[in-house]
Amino acid sequence: MASAIINGMPVEITPGETILEAAKKLSVKIPVLCKHPDLDATAACGICVVKIKATGRTLRACCTPIDSGMDIVTEDAELVQVRREVLELIMSKHPNECVTCARNQNCELQTLCADFDIRHMELPSLVPDIAKDTSNGTIELDPRKCVTCGRCVQVCQEKQNVWALSFLDRGIDTRIAPAGDISMAESPCVSCGQCSAHCPTGAIVECDETQKVWDKLIDPDVVCVAQIAPAVRVALGEAFGFAPGTNVTGKIYASFRRMGFKAVFDTNYGADVTIMEEGTEFVERFAHGKGALPLITSCCPAWVDFMEKYHNDMIPHFSSCKSPHEMVGALTKTYWAEREKIDPKKIFVLSVMPCTAKKWEVRRSADMSSSGYQDVDVSITTRELARMIKQAGIDFATIPEAQPDHLLGAYTGAGTIFGATGGVMEAAIRSALFLITGKNAANPNFEFTRGLKGIKTGSMQVAGKEVRIAVAHGLGNVETVLDEIRKAKAEGKEPPWHFVEVMACPGGCVGGGGQPYGVTDELRLKRAKGLYQEDGATLWRCSHDNPYVQQLYKEYLGKPLSEKSHHLLHTHYVQRPTYRR
Amino acid sequence: MTTATTPNVQEDLQRIAKKWKDKPGSLIMVLHEVQERLGCVPRNVCLELAKLIDVPVARIYEVVTFYNYFKTEAPGKHILSVCTGTACHLKGASKVLESLSKELGIKEGESSADKEFHLQSVRCVGCCGMAPVVMVNGAIHGKLKPESSGKEIVAQYRGK
Repeated sequence: MASAIINGMPVEITPGETILEAAKKLSVKIPVLCKHPDLDATAACGICVVKIKATGRTLRACCTPIDSGMDIVTEDAELVQVRREVLELIMSKHPNECVTCARNQNCELQTLCADFDIRHMELPSLVPDIAKDTSNGTIELDPRKCVTCGRCVQVCQEKQNVWALSFLDRGIDTRIAPAGDISMAESPCVSCGQCSAHCPTGAIVECDETQKVWDKLIDPDVVCVAQIAPAVRVALGEAFGFAPGTNVTGKIYASFRRMGFKAVFDTNYGADVTIMEEGTEFVERFAHGKGALPLITSCCPAWVDFMEKYHNDMIPHFSSCKSPHEMVGALTKTYWAEREKIDPKKIFVLSVMPCTAKKWEVRRSADMSSSGYQDVDVSITTRELARMIKQAGIDFATIPEAQPDHLLGAYTGAGTIFGATGGVMEAAIRSALFLITGKNAANPNFEFTRGLKGIKTGSMQVAGKEVRIAVAHGLGNVETVLDEIRKAKAEGKEPPWHFVEVMACPGGCVGGGGQPYGVTDELRLKRAKGLYQEDGATLWRCSHDNPYVQQLYKEYLGKPLSEKSHHLLHTHYVQRPTYRR
Repeated sequence: MTTATTPNVQEDLQRIAKKWKDKPGSLIMVLHEVQERLGCVPRNVCLELAKLIDVPVARIYEVVTFYNYFKTEAPGKHILSVCTGTACHLKGASKVLESLSKELGIKEGESSADKEFHLQSVRCVGCCGMAPVVMVNGAIHGKLKPESSGKEIVAQYRGK
């Protein structure tokens, strides 16, 4: 095997490996700013410079393949000085506003400046005078804080295929913005928030809505209700020092109660209801020929927005189901309000989501006010909840676990795996099988739906018929799937699949745009593992076995796809222009 | 909503797109032809082109705004190119630019509100012996007095 030397230590190398990757194997941490593990190196920042020992020639570790026999120095007085100068240059274009920045104490640039002892700003400040763009109400853009690393543009264009963000102008004037001096709200942006999850600084962050929640909590006339999404429970702990994937559900419930929420529900319950509705919808289409196949899932609002903008020929294939948190919101202000004899006007529903697009979804259309009031009042991200818990003076590490209110809070393992790519499909298969055959599967695990492969496919026999399934995550993977569906349609052939799941974010909601920072594939897998562990340990693995869901249909909705279900739990789709201007 | 392009322009865009569509990496060539035809590459044309050549609007804008040569707005009728090459620089090109800028009330790279003039700077135009030089619609005006050059040049072309 080929080898090279880094800091005097021999290292075995593989073809194509970069200096950065090889150094990692020796526990040598070369500092980086523009390079993100999810993305190709662009060599934009220059922090990762290293030297060839013999010649002193400097190279960028992120993008230079390590060759056999190379002798590299990654740390010495001169390199430290070079990196400090690069940081000072970056800081000369960056506002010195750390204390009031959303990324304070969680910023890659701030961390580097601290590590490299940047204590003075010697260079004249050249911070550009560009206004903040808060127009879409989900993520906000502050181009002054941009270090033009290009991560957001790469994610938006290449990973997500959305093309809302672009690099405009050049040289010192280079800035990130939607094409042609329009606002984010007028751009094709679908609010997936992957730009904010990949930004190393505070240039793109979620629109903070925590104050709206505090204002309601202090109001004695308001009945505050909270719910958390599946993926939040295995990621929030990271903000409090827990290992990624640690399930902190009970601590979150306890925190809600301390903050003053009158009822604590769980979006996982809504996921179980979604499966009842969507599973039935699938059976109607598959077994009874009522509606277009494949059926495509609709739980992900960024995907819904993307479909309405870019792929609206797929509207007939879309499940009409609302997403789980919207179902919980609608049921809170109707079913629960009626049972508890509370005026729904007084109820405030907060949903905590791993997602920035949910902020858009809560006001997406009139269907989101099916209870007569906005069904979910405010949706905050996992990151916002972490801050609220800190503000509330809760010692999250030691707070004892609590239970949810079971009426809209008890859930099955099928509900919990909604938070990972393939999870909605796996949950739907479990219940669709039951709905068609009257029996639960002997083994409820459908492994082909799991993991981080961009497009996952599989098939199974159900009552003598083959059911073909596809799962895609990361919007950049969607087009391949849709094009195959279109091709079969145009040729008058059988659809390649009968049921398709799409989640906008790579890894699904566990890798959502509103999750704690620092996401990588390793982290996505750990968080997903936390969900599958909970699924494996639950009493009920299938949504239709949830006794509270059974009670809901018996007492209130009648049966899935009933008129009442349609009114409260389903929605419509419209064609939207990619550019509003 | 963006204003639609006229049928004539539509036809030209379709012709240009057809010529280049199947050749990879030809966005710049398309933009050159569009600017030659229209004098600039405005926003509505970018939106139109995106559909015709199957390139995202964001990518088109990245290229249009990266190169100085491409304009998103039509320049004024008379194009004033102030030479800022070495000789002209030494002979006061920056003062010439300042003088024109003051006279027209616009900055370098902008057009006057009445669309009569467009002010830009260029590197050496090859008339160093006549420095400082301003090229107007391709004609050279040399040996200018930097301070009064703005008034003199604008007076010669205004209304013509």
